[in-house]
Amino acid sequence: MDSTFYREQIIDLYEHPLNYGELDPHDFSYEEDNPLCGDVVRIDVCLDEDGRIADVKWSGDGCAISQASASLLTEEIKGMTLDEVKAFPKETLLEMIGIPLSMARVKCALLALKVLKAGAYGIPDPKEIHGDQ
Amino acid sequence: MLDTQKIRAEFPILQQEVYPGVPLVFLDSAASSQRPVSVLEAMDTYYLKHHANVHRGIYRLSEEASNDYEDARERIARFINAPGSEQVIYVRNATEGFNLVAYSWARHNLHEGDEILLTEMEHHANLVPWQMIAKENGIKLRFVPILEHGTLDLSTLPELLTEKTKLFSFTAVSNVLGTVNPVRSLVDAAHSVGALAMVDAAQAAPHLPVDVQAWDCDFTAFSGHKMCGPTGIGILYGKRELLEAMPPFMGGGDMILRVRLEESTYNELPWKFEAGTPAIAEAVGLGAAVDYLSAIGMEEIHAHEQYITGYALEALSEVPGLRILGPSAAQKGGVAAFTLAGIHPHDIAELLDKRGVAVRAGHHCAMPLHHKYGINASTRASFYLYTTTYEVDQLVQGLHSVREVFRL
Repeated sequence: MDSTFYREQIIDLYEHPLNYGELDPHDFSYEEDNPLCGDVVRIDVCLDEDGRIADVKWSGDGCAISQASASLLTEEIKGMTLDEVKAFPKETLLEMIGIPLSMARVKCALLALKVLKAGAYGIPDPKEIHGDQ
Repeated sequence: MLDTQKIRAEFPILQQEVYPGVPLVFLDSAASSQRPVSVLEAMDTYYLKHHANVHRGIYRLSEEASNDYEDARERIARFINAPGSEQVIYVRNATEGFNLVAYSWARHNLHEGDEILLTEMEHHANLVPWQMIAKENGIKLRFVPILEHGTLDLSTLPELLTEKTKLFSFTAVSNVLGTVNPVRSLVDAAHSVGALAMVDAAQAAPHLPVDVQAWDCDFTAFSGHKMCGPTGIGILYGKRELLEAMPPFMGGGDMILRVRLEESTYNELPWKFEAGTPAIAEAVGLGAAVDYLSAIGMEEIHAHEQYITGYALEALSEVPGLRILGPSAAQKGGVAAFTLAGIHPHDIAELLDKRGVAVRAGHHCAMPLHHKYGINASTRASFYLYTTTYEVDQLVQGLHSVREVFRL
């Protein structure tokens, strides 16, 4: 088995996800699935008085890539403003995941970011994430 | 027993390495099969020597192209034992066959209060076209449920099939569960209430002897690319009186006899349904594919797949946490869809790919079926005449190593 392929980090996060759960009450919550493979991610966000992300939880079901990506993303965005979240580059998330991904798996990897941005904009707008693919 | 080594020699694509030192183990023929050299050569010969547009030119080449195109239809008609080749309509794939019947027959003949009966194991191709017509015409769709082990719950038929039922459309073989349905008795049940019966033969025509007269079905459809033929060609078969009464699905050239500015006279069967320049080389290729399959023998191909499926189900049962969807090997076509506890199908498929093993991961165009089982996706290995037990062993070894990666 190619050990560089599934980095230990991905499997660690799949077994022990970070920020897993739900927030109630929350300032926004959004859920979406990837109908092609059935991955589901929901993200709940609470903001502080300055409009920065005070707490974030995610929940869902899917492949190791989509689930590890949600852990990495939610960990990274704590303390960010909504504008920073909206501008969060997908390349950054792909770098954090750190393993080569085929086109089909890029969609898994970016599902959490798509959900987060859709929640942040308050409207679902898939083009925001996937328009240039 | 099939001589798989001899058969595999005719499929150059199977002889390659997908990564350096990693030979291809192709276990996704239910999605699309590979094709032998004879099919490719038939298409090459057509393009290199005989191509011109069909049914138009009065010169030699056009006549040769028309003959090639119509000869292939004759051979395909014999392959499914159609009473006449004019009942064999070239379409792009089984999906187009269903859409043709939905738009050309159901749309004009079914009205509010009528019902179409389907089953819970249908491919989206035998689901969505009816949903579209149902919405337009106010038709109700009903569904034969499946039992836990993956066969149809036939005890519900007396309740589901009523005088309101105008069409019962079902698959001969499930593309996920592999369930082989009792086609003739389902057709008879439909006819007993005056309904028509349409059979999805996409997973049957490549793997089993198909005899449309023995089935007594009113329509059936299948795709060429799943049965050693090219993509872009498929067949819709229908009973003659039904096809004759149906208006054309698409308008254009070749489907008309006389055209005036305001009105046209439609051509005869089968050309009434073949508007525009058709996929001529692909039809020739499908003709070569049915010749190839017939020469080997559909009974022999079916027996080989039964053997491989039985071998695979037994070998897979050794993998801890693995659950097979669908019935036992005796009632199953050449597929093994499964879930593996704790690991998503996409992860399984991607790790298997690194070992050269090509399987399908997802819902296999049968989302309602997966919902029924309470899962989002499954992993599917499917088998064909060229599949070997060695390849099944590669799959099973690969699954053990996938579990190791996931520390199971």
